[in-house]
Amino acid sequence: MSDQTVVSAMRQTVETAQTSALAAIALATDLAAVRALSAELNKKESPLNALKNSLGKLTSVDDKRTMGQLLNSASIAINSALQARTLELETSEISARVAREAMDLSEFVTRRRRGHSHIVTQATQRLEDVFVGLGFQIAEGPEVETDFYNFEALNMPKSHPARSEFDTMFLEYGEPGSVLLRTHTSPVQIRVMQTWQPPIYAIMPGRVFRRDTPDATHMPVFHQIEGLVIDRGITFAHLAGTIEAFTKAFFGSDFTSRLRPSFFPFTEPSAEFDIRRADGAWIELGGCGMVHPNVLTSGGIDPEEFSGFAFGFGIDRMAKERHSVEDIREMYTNDLRFLRQF
Amino acid sequence: MKILNSWLNDFGAFGTDKEKLSAAMTNLGLAVESVETVGTPVKGVVVARVLRTQRHPDAAKVHRVYVDAGDGVELHVWCGAFNMKPGDLIPLATLGTNMPDGRVITPRGILGIESQGMLCSSIELGLGSDSDGILILPNNLKLGADVFSALKVSSDAVFDLDVTRNRPDCNGYLGVARDLGANLGIKVVAPAGDKAKKGAVRSLKVSILNKQRCARYNLTVMSGVVVTNSPDWIARRLTNSGMRPINNVVDASNLVLLELNQPTHAFDADKVSKGFKIRCARDQETLLTLDGQTRVLETTDLLICDGADTPIGLAGVMGGASTEISATTTSVALETAFFEASGVAATASRLNLRSEASLRFERGVDPYGIDHAVSRFAGLLRESCPKLVVHAGASDVKEKTLPPKQKIVSLRVSQVNRMLGTKLTAKSVSALLAKIGFATKSTSTSKLAVIKIAVPSWRPDCESEIDLVEEVARHVGYENLGKIVPQSTMHGRLSPMQQRRRDLREVVLALGVSEAMPNPFLAPGDLAKSGLSEELAIRLANPLVFEESVLRTSLRPGLLKAISYNLSHRATDIALFEIGHVYPARQDQSQNLLPNELPNELPNESESLCIVAAGATSELAMDWWSQLSAAMGFGAQLDQKNVESGYHPTRSASLRRGKQLLGSVGEIDPLVLAKHGINVSVACFELNLSVLLNEIPKVSTAKSVSRFPRSDFDLAFSLPRSEAASSLLKVLRQAAGPELVDISLFDVYRASETAQESSTSSRSLTFRFQLQAKDRTLTDAEVSTTRNRCIDAATKLGAQFRTV
Repeated sequence: MSDQTVVSAMRQTVETAQTSALAAIALATDLAAVRALSAELNKKESPLNALKNSLGKLTSVDDKRTMGQLLNSASIAINSALQARTLELETSEISARVAREAMDLSEFVTRRRRGHSHIVTQATQRLEDVFVGLGFQIAEGPEVETDFYNFEALNMPKSHPARSEFDTMFLEYGEPGSVLLRTHTSPVQIRVMQTWQPPIYAIMPGRVFRRDTPDATHMPVFHQIEGLVIDRGITFAHLAGTIEAFTKAFFGSDFTSRLRPSFFPFTEPSAEFDIRRADGAWIELGGCGMVHPNVLTSGGIDPEEFSGFAFGFGIDRMAKERHSVEDIREMYTNDLRFLRQF
Repeated sequence: MKILNSWLNDFGAFGTDKEKLSAAMTNLGLAVESVETVGTPVKGVVVARVLRTQRHPDAAKVHRVYVDAGDGVELHVWCGAFNMKPGDLIPLATLGTNMPDGRVITPRGILGIESQGMLCSSIELGLGSDSDGILILPNNLKLGADVFSALKVSSDAVFDLDVTRNRPDCNGYLGVARDLGANLGIKVVAPAGDKAKKGAVRSLKVSILNKQRCARYNLTVMSGVVVTNSPDWIARRLTNSGMRPINNVVDASNLVLLELNQPTHAFDADKVSKGFKIRCARDQETLLTLDGQTRVLETTDLLICDGADTPIGLAGVMGGASTEISATTTSVALETAFFEASGVAATASRLNLRSEASLRFERGVDPYGIDHAVSRFAGLLRESCPKLVVHAGASDVKEKTLPPKQKIVSLRVSQVNRMLGTKLTAKSVSALLAKIGFATKSTSTSKLAVIKIAVPSWRPDCESEIDLVEEVARHVGYENLGKIVPQSTMHGRLSPMQQRRRDLREVVLALGVSEAMPNPFLAPGDLAKSGLSEELAIRLANPLVFEESVLRTSLRPGLLKAISYNLSHRATDIALFEIGHVYPARQDQSQNLLPNELPNELPNESESLCIVAAGATSELAMDWWSQLSAAMGFGAQLDQKNVESGYHPTRSASLRRGKQLLGSVGEIDPLVLAKHGINVSVACFELNLSVLLNEIPKVSTAKSVSRFPRSDFDLAFSLPRSEAASSLLKVLRQAAGPELVDISLFDVYRASETAQESSTSSRSLTFRFQLQAKDRTLTDAEVSTTRNRCIDAATKLGAQFRTV
């Protein structure tokens, strides 16, 4: 056979092999078939590889180059067809899977519930955070108190008429009438004065007790927050300024506050403080005043050197108003249907 | 204290601007609780005469009244009040009248018989507070006339003031007017007294035996009294002030009380024998008071007795019935006294008999206002008794215990400015105080201006410098004192303990439990019902109710009640927690004392955490504890041999550090559950927070993560019940060596529930090991060696390796 004839036969073989390979690739319907085909087409004995090995038989360098290029391009064509088919099949297989595993997202089972913080705790923490922002620290004290801390040190000596207004609950502990459930958070003021050194910028949240029959707005066990500032040069204007700053920080900048004269045994001058909503309505919030010199003295602080102010109000009412709770007793039923709303 | 606008104007030209007056009173500390309008004319209400009344057999609560409204036509009206008789003049609201309460009068009938109008009570017309009967009008009015014009009533504002304890003077018009006058720049004049000449001497001797309790006692005899109805204007004032007019004598006394804050009491002078004695009661002595009740007295009650030593009045609280003013009274002995405040308060409180008089004596009255009060009473009574004679020779006993007419209090101007942040001068302070009757006696000329202020006798509350500072502040006006935010010289922050409490809350909430706030008061027996000792429980001396008379010593009973409540309301996934105080008594008061420490008078109060979940077992409780322990960096030993009472004996453990008991974990004792009617198991975890919160763990230092691959393997063992899983875990942890980064029990298989009860049986525990070296990839051989070491160690403990 002449070289010319051999080359022509080889060319024919390459074309036939390429055509049949491409046809087979196009017919492969899954990735396994493509992988099998790939193995088949690339094995040593495949027609193209066999042909590669027989290139040596050609004598003409030109023929060798021509045939070599022809073989290469055929093998590139086949392999890119294999890749393309693989990608095509992979894509369609993923599409099929995506279609298969479709899910209705509204169809889910809640496994773990989150825990709900009590609204009184939420209110307390919000109040604490506002005052911390104003430079206050938080003081705490016992809920069971002595007559001294609850009354006497707060300028209410024994037989002081104002005592009767506190509806105190006494305990059968120690001397009769000496140990009681604190009626306000004010005893913590005295404890703070005795243990901290001025300057004092403190708030005192906590549980308090009054012998009040429960109704829609009263509970015998409720919560108050009290503030105490003692420093050099503290004036009534600082009291009004602090109330105003708190009002804006807690309720919003469109709220304002006012103080009007009132009476408490432990402060003088004393005031009630009201806040005004954006709509102009005034809401009574709590009591405040300049710490009475007798109270500073009880706390071991020289009233001639230091002056201060105190303020206090109910936390439960804040929570009640914030969430429009109709009856304050509802907050203490511990009914999960109620607790899980917040 | 109710203040009528019209009445206030008797004391000064205050005008009728309700808003302005209200604002001024509020700014002075006289909180205006409400402003009501009374006496606004109601169009269509006419004067009518009762012709006859008739009962209807089928209507028990109403009767038929026939009236004439001036045109001679007999009108028929149904009426629910029975206080009128033929001939009486009454107000008739004609058909179509719009009543103040919004009703429109229609011929709506009863039993098919129409009503041609409505007869009105004083409260329905806003003319008074009497709702008991139809208003009977004075007989001289013209039939058919408009009731309001006929009565010459014009509308009036009633300010309801909340008078604070430090303003006793404001329990009378004079005190309110004085403050308001100073504030608004209006001259205030007390109403005039009696101008008539005194009559012949008629004296009733008075001796005060208890001078501490009564410092002044004036007894003035007046004759020529005719007991009758008060003039309309007096009756209307009392009615609009919420008091019932009784007769001209009692009404004059009440009017003086409201005007001058001075209680007076009129005895029928003919019913008392000479020689009044003011003394304390004898034990069990009795007195029939004006309200018809027999009062049993104690030796601390002060009595007014007549010459026969017979009690005729309870000093400062209420008069006796035997000397009461009656229709036949012709002369009265008027008591105007100054009784000591706390004594009156004690008697009124013990007898639960709070009268207008006792309220005022308790708060404080002006002992030097007595003369004017007597005179004002006489002047008022004279309006209805033209022949009234005020006799000379009144007894007026003044004891040494009488407070001085003026009390001198020193006031440093520097102190005023220091407290109020003002720059007032001595002159301006004096001027402010002078407006309310506080006279300046002297001003020191030194640089430190000290003013001596004479506090008037009607202000017993003002005793010290700070009281005067408050007066200055009130009259400068709180709103004029400025608002300055102080620059805090502290750093605002939560203490480490408070931050830790918040962290703990976050961890607990993340467990999926919600916060409850049970009542800290328990019923007697509640603790025992929860398996807890009652021994250290403190009782309330004056509980509101028996069911809330014991202070809790544990949070458990409250949460068990909450579980049972929620179960009964068919709640699902009941999981609750509380962080709160418990208050057990101190076991031994002397025990906890440090040297030189005073005995602690207070109970052993501490803060505690309790978590409960219904329908869950101790496995959940242990999960809570392990999560919490890891998150809070807080450990304790699990002691299953010493289980706290109230817990399931074989499914619970106490948490200890040495001898110190910190808490418990497990399930609630089935006996306790049964007593609470809970028919599912309850997982429970409790921790005393005083240790946890005060133990601040070191901030953890970061460990860099190994870049080499991790090798994991699982091992399953069958372990006899006698050996705790934790022991095996400990052994495995040791055996696994330094490359162990984590080991966890991830599966437990128990053959059956019955097998579990037997301590000889065993269960299968599967552990997952994670090995990793910092500096290399572990070889299969290394992992295999570790694995074998673990199996050997477990076998030594008595565990049997199970091929997986």
